[in-house]
Amino acid sequence: MNLQNRTRVIVLLVAVLLLGAVGTGAVLYAADRTAERDRAQPGGPAVHSGRVTLTDGGGGRQLLFRNMAWGPQRDEITTVPADRPDGPRTASGVQCLRFHAAAGTGICLQAVHGALEDTYRAVVLDDHLRERRSFPAAGIPTRSRVSPSGHLAAWTVFVSGDSYAGTNFSTRTSVVDVRDWNLRENLEDFTVLQDGHPLQAHDINIWGVTFADDTTFYATVATGGQTHLVRGDLGARTLTTLHDNVECPSLSPDGTRVAYKKRVPGLSADAPWRLYVLDLATMTETATAEHRNIDDQALWSDDHTLLYALPGDYGADLWTVPADGTGSAARVTTAAVAPAYLG
Amino acid sequence: MYVADSRSTKAPAAPTPTTGPARRGAALRAVPGAVLALGTVSLVTDVSSEMVTAVLPLYLLTGLGLSPLGFGLLDGLQNGFSALVRLVGGHLADRRGRDGSARHKAVAAVGYGLSALCKPLLLIVHTVPLIGAVIAVDRTGKGLRTAPRDAMISLACEPAHRGRAFGVHRAMDTAGALLGPLTAFLVLRLAGGPLLADGGERHGYDAVFTVSACVAVLGVLILLLFVPNRPSGDDPSTPAPTLRDSLTLLRLPGLRRLTLCAVLLGLTTVSDSFLYLLIQKRLGLSVTLFPLLPLGTAAAFLLLAVPLGLLADRIGRRTLFLAGHGVLLLAYGLLLSPLRGLPVVLCVLVLHGAFYAATDGVLAAAAADTVPAEQRGAGLALVGTGQALARFACSLLFGALWSAVGGTGALAWSAGALALCVAAAAAVLRPTEPVAAPAPAPAVEEAE
Repeated sequence: MNLQNRTRVIVLLVAVLLLGAVGTGAVLYAADRTAERDRAQPGGPAVHSGRVTLTDGGGGRQLLFRNMAWGPQRDEITTVPADRPDGPRTASGVQCLRFHAAAGTGICLQAVHGALEDTYRAVVLDDHLRERRSFPAAGIPTRSRVSPSGHLAAWTVFVSGDSYAGTNFSTRTSVVDVRDWNLRENLEDFTVLQDGHPLQAHDINIWGVTFADDTTFYATVATGGQTHLVRGDLGARTLTTLHDNVECPSLSPDGTRVAYKKRVPGLSADAPWRLYVLDLATMTETATAEHRNIDDQALWSDDHTLLYALPGDYGADLWTVPADGTGSAARVTTAAVAPAYLG
Repeated sequence: MYVADSRSTKAPAAPTPTTGPARRGAALRAVPGAVLALGTVSLVTDVSSEMVTAVLPLYLLTGLGLSPLGFGLLDGLQNGFSALVRLVGGHLADRRGRDGSARHKAVAAVGYGLSALCKPLLLIVHTVPLIGAVIAVDRTGKGLRTAPRDAMISLACEPAHRGRAFGVHRAMDTAGALLGPLTAFLVLRLAGGPLLADGGERHGYDAVFTVSACVAVLGVLILLLFVPNRPSGDDPSTPAPTLRDSLTLLRLPGLRRLTLCAVLLGLTTVSDSFLYLLIQKRLGLSVTLFPLLPLGTAAAFLLLAVPLGLLADRIGRRTLFLAGHGVLLLAYGLLLSPLRGLPVVLCVLVLHGAFYAATDGVLAAAAADTVPAEQRGAGLALVGTGQALARFACSLLFGALWSAVGGTGALAWSAGALALCVAAAAAVLRPTEPVAAPAPAPAVEEAE
């Protein structure tokens, strides 16, 4: 290419202008599509702002979740009567990416929009959804749980670096006691016991805590390409492996079973998980009648029924299925994620 | 004729004195245009690729619902594959075109072009296996272009100033790596989408991939327009090396020794991700600061690449290469010491960045000293591939060691092994004459 210097600079300038136009166009298009979500869609669930509390308030059992419906109350924690989950929603004004609550304590994982980068924090909420204390979180929120007593809150975030750290990424799971604010920032500091021996590995990841009581919890520990269900002990700082191939466990209210994501062999790499229930006494696995791929930490609505999110038109919908493998899956409500029952 | 030629063609005719007070000023002034052009290409390309790298894990997790499992090994395998492709790129680049000149630029352009093609593909493919395939092609492009690019840098400047030239290139390269993630998050911010793409809201990510593609095309264009077709150090009258020539490169004693040392030291260089994990575990770093650790290393690398490149030209590249590993040993020692706290973290990161600044470009410069110009691409590829494969092996070993004796134990073993390897490498490299000696004409470098 024997071009004159001037020609080369002109070619470069023209290319910069063209490429700049394409790039700008892509960003503007994306911004426009994003802005659409702030306008309510006809036919979507009715949402109005109001007072939301974590106490009974005389209104009976309620279902709270992050409202995904387009409009001004998108991403806010909303409440509906538990017996009319597709009824009108009352929005709290509190925005959370992930949420859970029990016994008057809420945990809300929020994005903080900084000048350049988003950061995240875990906020412990009181029974009127007011902030009691917040903790910085190291990455994108994925799971959150409050213990049945309301005394403990746990959250999991994804941490990732740039290519200097490799394209691999890891999880961080923290647990805090809201009575004395004793924070276990990283459960990876606990000792993992496998067959009675401490397990040492560089690639340990922990996620998806579910509480039994104020000491005992269950979670997923992954290492060497394998996931394990572990029983954790906050006092002894141990995690004891119980069963293989268990992700995002959720303990039943009676404490006898765990609902979880199982990576079923032979399924596509894009949709590898099915919803299973494990009996902790016998370690027998039961497949539920939900036959689609699931990527959520399920919630027990009672001792026999599971509630979980599946991708939907507005991001996610809530579905339900019996825990014993019978029946079939049914949609509870559209445009909702991260549910919690109260009362 | 070329922008880049205007300065660099003068170099062989009037070699700059390498001693005396005038040296330093002249050194800073006369970085060849070809080196600056290649540095700009690397900077722009790194912005593009780091944009994707920064958001890809989040995209896979939140956009596609991948589990945080098994991605690391895939990553290691692809890096190993990329290292092997580098050998192919080096050999192809040394072969001659119709005009008799080496095809460094053409092979590099194919490499950069291949990676640029991958970015728009990310807009179309939405399944994990296909995304894996696109990343593999992207890495192939990276493997292809690395050796010819470094060969062009080494051929574009006088032998006496190679350390500085590679230092300038690596500094620009690292600047791009630092700017990439910032650009990606800025695009996500402007696109208005939260990073958490619940339920497949991927507009923000699509904008990142589109902008990344545009930036990558710009990089290829700068290469085609502003990097000279034939570096000043390339002599078209020399015969083209055959595959056999490339395969028997290790017969060159200098290259053989350097490759041996690069492999030995690579075997004891703990990978970045392990080091950051150890920093977090041993020094009690808050998990929220963890994502910032790579930035610390990169910043130190960026600031020190040029000064240490100049130092390499003065005291000898092999000496500095060894000293760099001594600095890494210091970092290991600090990590193993009972000291704790943020200042210690910063010290370890500065040492880690200094290690890169003293070894990354310096190894390429030292390797260039040992290979004749017509086999430069294959020679540089050999050393680089040896080092990359050794580091890959080290990662596997270190992971296994960690499971056996824990992270601290694994680091202690690595530190011991590194100390031994530095001593062995010093012994292997000692018999050669100092490299910083002035090389009056390119003919000299073929004498080795």
